[in-house]
Amino acid sequence: MKPARFDYIRAVDVAEAHAALAEFGNDARVLAGGQTLMPMLSMRLVRPKAVIDIMHVPTLRGIDAGGSDIRVGAGVRQAELLAWPALGEALPLLKAALPWVGHAQTRSRGTVCGSVAHADPSAEIPLCLLALDASIELSSRRGRRRVKAADFFTGMMTTARAENELIEAVHIPKMQQGAGYAFREFGRRHGDFAIVACAAIVTGTNVRFAVGGVADTPALRDFGAVDGTALADALDAFAWDLDARDDLHATARYRRELVRQMGRAVIEEARRCRG
Amino acid sequence: MPRLSADQRHIVRFTLNGRAIEGQAEPRMLLTDFLRHELGFTGTHVGCEHGVCGACTIEINGVPARACLTLAVQADGANIRTVEGLAPAQGQLSVLQEAFRRHHALQCGFCTAGILMSLDNYLRKEPDPSENDLREFLSGHICRCTGYVPIVAAAMDAARRLREASSDV
Repeated sequence: MKPARFDYIRAVDVAEAHAALAEFGNDARVLAGGQTLMPMLSMRLVRPKAVIDIMHVPTLRGIDAGGSDIRVGAGVRQAELLAWPALGEALPLLKAALPWVGHAQTRSRGTVCGSVAHADPSAEIPLCLLALDASIELSSRRGRRRVKAADFFTGMMTTARAENELIEAVHIPKMQQGAGYAFREFGRRHGDFAIVACAAIVTGTNVRFAVGGVADTPALRDFGAVDGTALADALDAFAWDLDARDDLHATARYRRELVRQMGRAVIEEARRCRG
Repeated sequence: MPRLSADQRHIVRFTLNGRAIEGQAEPRMLLTDFLRHELGFTGTHVGCEHGVCGACTIEINGVPARACLTLAVQADGANIRTVEGLAPAQGQLSVLQEAFRRHHALQCGFCTAGILMSLDNYLRKEPDPSENDLREFLSGHICRCTGYVPIVAAAMDAARRLREASSDV
């Protein structure tokens, strides 16, 4: 199981990455941490003509908390964000979710933006970005744009990125004062792909709930101020609307039940965590 | 910008277990194959070759990482440690390796090199881990022989001995 041949391009600044993407377009793949691209290369699910390594671009390596949101550059590894001292007060949802991303031995290399680029439906980081109303910063030779997470994840492993665009960073809104955040996941073992992952944000009495692992993309719903049986009804309606499917790991019915049960638990946890 | 063409071999240099080393690799060559076939360091094992089993885990720039999910050309300039670098001297095992032997923490040994590299790194950062934390950390490795019980016992024992040794100083 070895990759097919490709040219290896080591970009040292963003302009070089843009130039290589402009030249190769869809025949190129951007390599950051490599934790999903490398298996895809080895299994020959992708056979690019060029692999563009962006980990030598210094400007992509930083976490910038100076603005109204947190900017996480394309070269920031999952372990680096997890070890960022301000994570708990700035992004409590990611602090709860990141330990569920792969294993320590893959978080050490895998990047935050790489997970966003790959857009696996059961991945934790896209789920959190959707729940937090984050945006993805895309750039190319032609310019720069920002796309909301809700518009970015368009299908299973499919995103709104154009073939000449580089994901330069994600922008994640900081924790709102007084809001509560919680994350839960169910899988066979810790570190396995999620069968169902849930995130909840409670602001005042308003409940926002997001689910991954069930549909082709992570899904989000604002429940408003619901409690008791109204909350159970809202979760049940959402579970049915997700269009869950059977696969090797779980049936659709099982997933819907997980959404109902874990949903209630994660929302209650977020309520308790309100600051 | 450095551009390495697909069908040629390129020089790759890095530090391996404290010594400067170099070899040649096509861009598509995995670091596992580079270590084993180009450099002859066969201590790093190849299991699933897609990052799941953990057998090929090595240390790259101070963090545990899958060698099979790394290109040899990506390792250029890096500081790399493999299982061959664990023993303090010829014929002498490290504290962690000794503990594995004492606790029968391996049977076939296929997963062992990767687990040793992970734990060696982990115990330096977390000298006093709980069994729970250790088990969560070990979830990044698959062992089909031991059931993990002796591996956890060996790691806890090694952690205790390493703590004692550092407090003696």
